[in-house]
Amino acid sequence: MEIATVFLPLIAAAVAGFGRKIVGTRGAEIITTATLGLCAAMAIALFYQYAGLGQTAVIPVLSWINSGTLHLSWSLRFDVLTAVMVLVVTSVSAMVHLYSIGYMHEDPSRAKFMSYLSLFTFMMLMLVTANNFVQMFFGWEGVGLASYLLIGFYNHKPSANDAAMKAFIVNRVGDFGFVLGIFTVFWLFGDLQFNNVFGAAPTLGVNRIFYLFGAPFDAITLACVLLFIGAVGKSAQLGLHTWLPDAMEGPTPVSALIHAATMVTAGVFMLVRISPLLDLAPVARNIIVVVGALTAFVGAAIAFAQFDIKKVVAYSTMSQLGYMVFAAGATAYGAAIFHLFTHAFFKALLFLGAGAVIHAMHHEQDMRHYGGLWKKLPITYALMWIGTLALLGIPPFAGYFSKDMILEAEFAGVTGFTHFAFGVGVLVAFMTATYSSKVIFMTFHGRPRYDLEHAHDIHEAPLTMLIPLFVLAAGALLSGWLAYDYFVGEHHALFWEGAIQPKSELILDAAEHDPLWVKLAPTLAGLLGLALGWLCYVKEPDLPAWFARKFSFLNRIIENKFYFDKVYGVVFAAGAPLVGKLLWRYGDQGTIDKFGPDGAAAASSFLGARLSKLQTGYLYHYAFVMLTALVLLIGWLLFGKAGA
Amino acid sequence: MQFPILSVLTIIPLLGALFIATLRGDEAIVAKNARWVALWTALITFALSLVLVFNFDAANAGFQFMERAVWFAPANIYYVRGVDGISIWFVAASALLTISAILCSWNSITTRVPMYHMALMILLTMMIGVFSSLDLILLFVFFEGVLLPMFFIIGIWGGSRRIYSSYKFFLYTMLGSLFMLLAMLTIYVQTGSTDLTALINHHHLPLNIQVWLFAAFFLSFAIKSPMWPVHTWLPDAHVEAPTAGSVILAGILLKMGGYGFMRFCIQLLPEASQLMAPLVMILSAVAIIYTSLVALAQQDMKKMIAYSSVAHMGFVTLGLFSFTHQGLDGAMLVMLSHTIVSAALFLCIGFMYDRLHTREITAYGGLANITPHFAVVMMFFTLASVGLPGTSGFVGEFLSMLGAWQTHPTITAFAAIGVILGAAYMLRLYRACCFGVPATQDVRRMKDMTPREWAIFAPLLLLVIWMGVYPTTFSSFYQANLQSILTPAHHGAVK
Repeated sequence: MEIATVFLPLIAAAVAGFGRKIVGTRGAEIITTATLGLCAAMAIALFYQYAGLGQTAVIPVLSWINSGTLHLSWSLRFDVLTAVMVLVVTSVSAMVHLYSIGYMHEDPSRAKFMSYLSLFTFMMLMLVTANNFVQMFFGWEGVGLASYLLIGFYNHKPSANDAAMKAFIVNRVGDFGFVLGIFTVFWLFGDLQFNNVFGAAPTLGVNRIFYLFGAPFDAITLACVLLFIGAVGKSAQLGLHTWLPDAMEGPTPVSALIHAATMVTAGVFMLVRISPLLDLAPVARNIIVVVGALTAFVGAAIAFAQFDIKKVVAYSTMSQLGYMVFAAGATAYGAAIFHLFTHAFFKALLFLGAGAVIHAMHHEQDMRHYGGLWKKLPITYALMWIGTLALLGIPPFAGYFSKDMILEAEFAGVTGFTHFAFGVGVLVAFMTATYSSKVIFMTFHGRPRYDLEHAHDIHEAPLTMLIPLFVLAAGALLSGWLAYDYFVGEHHALFWEGAIQPKSELILDAAEHDPLWVKLAPTLAGLLGLALGWLCYVKEPDLPAWFARKFSFLNRIIENKFYFDKVYGVVFAAGAPLVGKLLWRYGDQGTIDKFGPDGAAAASSFLGARLSKLQTGYLYHYAFVMLTALVLLIGWLLFGKAGA
Repeated sequence: MQFPILSVLTIIPLLGALFIATLRGDEAIVAKNARWVALWTALITFALSLVLVFNFDAANAGFQFMERAVWFAPANIYYVRGVDGISIWFVAASALLTISAILCSWNSITTRVPMYHMALMILLTMMIGVFSSLDLILLFVFFEGVLLPMFFIIGIWGGSRRIYSSYKFFLYTMLGSLFMLLAMLTIYVQTGSTDLTALINHHHLPLNIQVWLFAAFFLSFAIKSPMWPVHTWLPDAHVEAPTAGSVILAGILLKMGGYGFMRFCIQLLPEASQLMAPLVMILSAVAIIYTSLVALAQQDMKKMIAYSSVAHMGFVTLGLFSFTHQGLDGAMLVMLSHTIVSAALFLCIGFMYDRLHTREITAYGGLANITPHFAVVMMFFTLASVGLPGTSGFVGEFLSMLGAWQTHPTITAFAAIGVILGAAYMLRLYRACCFGVPATQDVRRMKDMTPREWAIFAPLLLLVIWMGVYPTTFSSFYQANLQSILTPAHHGAVK
């Protein structure tokens, strides 16, 4: 069943992709969606087996790389962490497949689209079931490929192609760190299998010095930081986050599945997976906490200046990923996965809800052209509220449990870094509430700002799109309090057994003793933010403009997204080809050729003209002369030697 | 005496060439027959090379299918043939890519067709000779022999600047050959033997001589691979060569450089190679970054793939000179993968060139919707070139860097930047060809893959995935060889 769950989506992708002529477009839709439905059902059974009963297993599939002492295989590792991820991936993916049938119904190449979605699911499952670093990297790059194909799905649009390439290349920068991290792990342990590496970590992992750029580094810290760079790319952390907002060029179901619920959380999953290594690298953890906190803040800040409904949700995703990352950095691994879990449901809900709005508005994404839609789209409106309240961390919605837990854990941390993250986290909770309510209020409230001629054809999405919304809304409502006790509450040590060592997570127990105000702060910040949002976008609509004028300096920074894209655009996107052109003109042609072959040619033809009347003008004749001379030389040397 | 399969393998294409030479009659019929004769000859050669592969004993680190005959007794020169796990795949690959070369020239070569196929056949003989000869002089003859047919293929059936390019190609590699010959003769003078098996196993050259020999061999193979800064012949040669020429050039001829490094530097001169390793690795890293950046700036597709070849070969030398098992293994796999992938990418360019007769990156666009099958095929090879896990490109690159990181992490960190740049230039190419809107109306009229083109691409596609998912099939052949190369007691014990 484990093998079927992972590989059936691959088969479905192949059938939908290559067999479109045979099964037809409708057939492709049905096959992929039904397959994913089946996988999701099996995932529930697997969840019971591996998370409920606490089993662990490694199921071998095929030998892969055998090189000297390095032996790697394709295999499926199932433990509680994997089971959680498999459940999230297959269930959200099944919902997104179903939703896509409705959302993409006008697109002639939707069979290809479904095929890519299933391919993505397969890659993501390979990532989370990996039992060694290299298979994880296979899934890691594989989801990147699927993401690239899906972002660029509307491949006639230059902006979609730009965004797809940007996503792939920026992720490659992260992967650069990831592979070097894997190499360092191999240097440390001589192995890349998770069990062997983690088992040897406490002995072989400490007090090892690795020299890089002539400087000594603590090897395990270096390994963790390098691996973290991979997570920075995949999970859109500050510095390598610029691809994520652009990735919204892809169709909305893609944004929900890949760029909210699953792929972007792969970095968080990886950090939790390598927790036995992180435990030994406090410096690396501090870096992770700070990067995560800054990501949470920057994402939230930029979200304020966005008017594209998907862009707001995208920056919100970046911000929430920051929470997960700094939770992992503070060793609150269970809390990180808990937030990943709840976030998958409510953020997929928000994206698909936004998709329903976009669908109704004929692919208009600018919220300035929405307004007052709640009467037209009452179901979507109600569901969006559920998603938003979950994101805000208002009890009893799912986000409340997970976000609260992360911030309590940060407060319970002993370093200044975690306290910094706590402060930032509460501030960002406030900001999140404000910009998220902006989405609700600008879209559904106020007076209509769209072309009223089209008002009559704005209607609710079809059932294929609404059913997934209801399912995800149920997740956003219930997943928090259902999972709380197991993920972070009293049973957490037992629950995570086999995946996260209990002694790694003492911080969750310490968080029990936080003062009351710490436990209330995130929720209060959320409510305050909501109030401010109401004030700004319902009560006093002129207020945002006033803020923008008053703090024009800050406004300029967030409108320009902290200038990351501008700087990268000049330095890398334009700089690298320019350097390449210069090297080509002045290096290859100007130096090497000029003084090498062309110089030699000029010299030899000059000499040739002087020395001989035999010049024919055909340069290759000279080469033949050389060859003849060589043959003669061999003969002379051989016979000379033999005669001597 | 066992069946002399290697000699037979070498002679079959030659016989094919002779057969083509005897064809007489109407020009069109002769051309047609020449194509079929060449194709069948190549197919038979390939089938026979597979017999070689199936009968190979992977557990044995020594040379197999040995043939030994006196060639020139007074000088102690023998005709020695044999393959080990390192060279056997190149023999098979030579035959395979010759099939691709013949098929891709089916309609695009229309002048002097018999002569063209004779050149291909002779080229195949020479290539097999290089990878299965174990006597220095014999090997050198084949090594040089490869140049001639390739020179003609570029010089006669090439593009408009073919004379300049073929001349540049010839001059560069002749310079390398000269040094190689000098080195070989020095070895002969020093040891009195030209038998590579004896030289590797029983002779230990003093370090000061090793260093000089290394310099000479290194220059020769650096040109052949090619390595920065002696790479500038390659882009020109590729641009002017017909598709088949590029396929063989990138697929096999460059590997002669890598193979040479393995045999003559790593195996024959281990101490000097270790001594010079940091230098070679630095040059490799420079090559990777430099040529990747240059590839990013190219407008001609063939030039771009040519520069990317230099970068990929940088990973070969990076892995080889790391002197780790994974590094050497990675170098081998990069070579094998690049054999398939670079050939396939040139075939992809050939596919487009056959239809529109331009190699400008900006002249296409939107092929994903116009020729969807081709777009899928090209996507696979693009991803393999980028080194996506699951394709052949990944395993080699990964292992070669993994090995290099263990001994020279700083250099490897720079080389790894090539992984980012590689994605940038390959995706740029793919985007320009397959995504976006067609540049002209002619692009809209392009036809998708023909059965002949499927026949070219299908085996390569299969190999790319096979090598990515289960590389052990290929790498198990030379594990024992790598083990013996890296066991220090192996050298110097027997004088």
